[in-house]
Amino acid sequence: MPNMSMTKVPMPQQDPNVRNKNFLEVATGYTAEMAMEEAARCLNCKNKPCVAGCPVNVRIPEFIAKVAEGKFEEAYEIITSTNGLPAVCGRVCPQENQCEGKCVRGIKGESVSIGRLERFCADYHNEHSTEKPSKPESNGKKVAVIGGGPAGLTCAGDLAKKGYEVTIFEAFHTAGGVLVYGIPEFRLPKAIVKKEIENLEAMGVEIKTNMVIGRVLSVDELFEMGYKAIFIGSGAGLPSFMGIPGEDLVGVYSANEYLTRTNLMKAYLDDYDTPIIESKSVAVVGGGNVAMDAARCAKRLGAENVYIVYRRGMEEMPARKEEIHHAMEEGIIFKNLNNPVKIIGDEQGRVKAIECVEMELGEPDDSGRRRPIVKEGSNFELPVDTVIMSIGTSPNPLIRSTTPGLDTNRKGCLIVNEDTMQTTREGVYAGGDAVTGAATVILAMGAGKQAAKSIDEFLSKQS
Amino acid sequence: MYKILKRRQLNENVVLMEIHAPFIAKKALAGQFIILRVDEHGERIPLTIADYDREKGTVTIIFQIVGQTTMLLSQLKEGDALLDFVGPLGKATDFEGAKKVCVIGGGVGCAIAYPSAKQMFNSGAEVDVIAGFRSKDIVILEDEFKAASTNLYITTDDGTYGEKGFVTNKLQSLIDAGNKYDLVVAIGPVPMMKFVCEVTRPYGIKTLVSLNPIMIDGTGMCGGCRVSVGGEIKFACVDGPDFDGHLVNFDELMKRNSTYKEKESHDKSHCRLYQGL
Repeated sequence: MPNMSMTKVPMPQQDPNVRNKNFLEVATGYTAEMAMEEAARCLNCKNKPCVAGCPVNVRIPEFIAKVAEGKFEEAYEIITSTNGLPAVCGRVCPQENQCEGKCVRGIKGESVSIGRLERFCADYHNEHSTEKPSKPESNGKKVAVIGGGPAGLTCAGDLAKKGYEVTIFEAFHTAGGVLVYGIPEFRLPKAIVKKEIENLEAMGVEIKTNMVIGRVLSVDELFEMGYKAIFIGSGAGLPSFMGIPGEDLVGVYSANEYLTRTNLMKAYLDDYDTPIIESKSVAVVGGGNVAMDAARCAKRLGAENVYIVYRRGMEEMPARKEEIHHAMEEGIIFKNLNNPVKIIGDEQGRVKAIECVEMELGEPDDSGRRRPIVKEGSNFELPVDTVIMSIGTSPNPLIRSTTPGLDTNRKGCLIVNEDTMQTTREGVYAGGDAVTGAATVILAMGAGKQAAKSIDEFLSKQS
Repeated sequence: MYKILKRRQLNENVVLMEIHAPFIAKKALAGQFIILRVDEHGERIPLTIADYDREKGTVTIIFQIVGQTTMLLSQLKEGDALLDFVGPLGKATDFEGAKKVCVIGGGVGCAIAYPSAKQMFNSGAEVDVIAGFRSKDIVILEDEFKAASTNLYITTDDGTYGEKGFVTNKLQSLIDAGNKYDLVVAIGPVPMMKFVCEVTRPYGIKTLVSLNPIMIDGTGMCGGCRVSVGGEIKFACVDGPDFDGHLVNFDELMKRNSTYKEKESHDKSHCRLYQGL
């Protein structure tokens, strides 16, 4: 008998007023009993809309059926047959717009909590299994993957499973991309990312860190070194700024810098050397997931007042509902329908306030969201000592400017055939933010997966 | 790991190291930089490449002990290794076929000016070098510059060696004496670069400066190294580090570089170095 409860089994979490002072994970995860109870809510319906909603097509009803039976390892096997990073996806995917958004149970009541169940299976496996994946027999063909973020890791994993000899070239001192420098510890513990990467290495994937492709080696040199195909997953790139006065003041960060200092360089721990400003009041400008992460980090680093300044309304915010909800619980103050016009400094050139103007919403624009319009004369000052700009990125120029024949669009994103992920160069594939501009982890993974399939087809034809 | 093959103390506060990094040595050009991390708990810091040897596979860095990381780095010996060493980053200096050049180095900035002088001198340009120091006891790279310049002028602020005065005085007198430079390259403390640019501006002499803003990733991701050049935001790590000095907002750079000064001096009391690590 299915469990006909209209609501999800609640996720145990740290109390908001405790967790906003530490970097431990917010949601602590289902117990086995909770997972089985939640799994019993799945109707195992015939047309499986959830699977179609998943960018990597996880066989959702099948794995949930195993969870309901208490066969957690078998459930894990089913997930990993199509998804190389379940512990990550279970935590950071926007399930409400994907699998869970299509769930039949969501029509009346809440959908099945697919994400929490996926996370449970991955965590269960990581806790109970010491077995490392084995290295498949090599087919002798070398593939280079540029960038060790979600797209690159997925592409590398899928190709390694098929016997390719894969090398990941990572620019940073550690692989993981946005999973390590961007998404904070309290949302995605770095030990989990490390474990997923170790699994890839056990499968024979070689990771070369400190290798900035486009500088130390070019794409053409990788071909000369014997790599038969190349996947570019180099990520989003340079942060954008608003172009308003005062962005040069001390105390103005891009979200990328603030998060990199905090997460990758561990500025929140005393025994790490990388400094970060000790803020009292922080304005984070932007309404996406990155803005939520930056705001929640600022709170945890000790800021008393943390504001989200966003020019549209709550409804229009691109961040996940769950992230917005968590941020509110933790005491982040939302200043929606406000837009910065100027950052004001003191005599020493440090931020002392941000001047904003109130907005109202007009007709929908190209993005389908209602266009914000300035309310003339509504300017006001918000006293802050730190401003974090979280308004998007533009693609990194390093690879496109050093690789002849690699076409980009007007914005500088790599152009690919959307079905195959092939770029305008034969044998060169790309995916993730380098192609789409800033998007989600799971979309990057989906692209990496598709590229791996295409690379396999391409190289299978050559012999 | 990246092994330190050679370590030489150039003066009390300036150290030279040759690091084994064959991939970087193969590609490095004058004007580019590396980012290093001493150990797991360390910062990532950028240092401009002072020299390279493609055959030996080594990259030379020269640094002044100014903060915690350079202090930690300076404690390492030959045979020790750095955890991370990534590069070559940034664009190489574009000498634009200059025939008569004046290369100006200030203090430890001479370490960065040297590869520029060497590269242009070896490609047949007439290279005048002005190397400025506070005092005789901190003069570095004199022999190296001699071998890589047409004329070498050393200045010291206190007159204890070479000519007494600043590099800007010397540059002015060389221009007054009728030297027609088609390029000036100035590398050193931010105020020095700023004043060199003021000397060359009235003559319209193209002046390149190498900027040293705060940086983390060095590959075009974090945006920490942004500088204002000609009123536009530029990122030193991918658009630079060399820029047209007549367009750079030096005051903003000085201000932003002081972001962590207070914190650093405050933190010294409980710095890892002083805890016997």
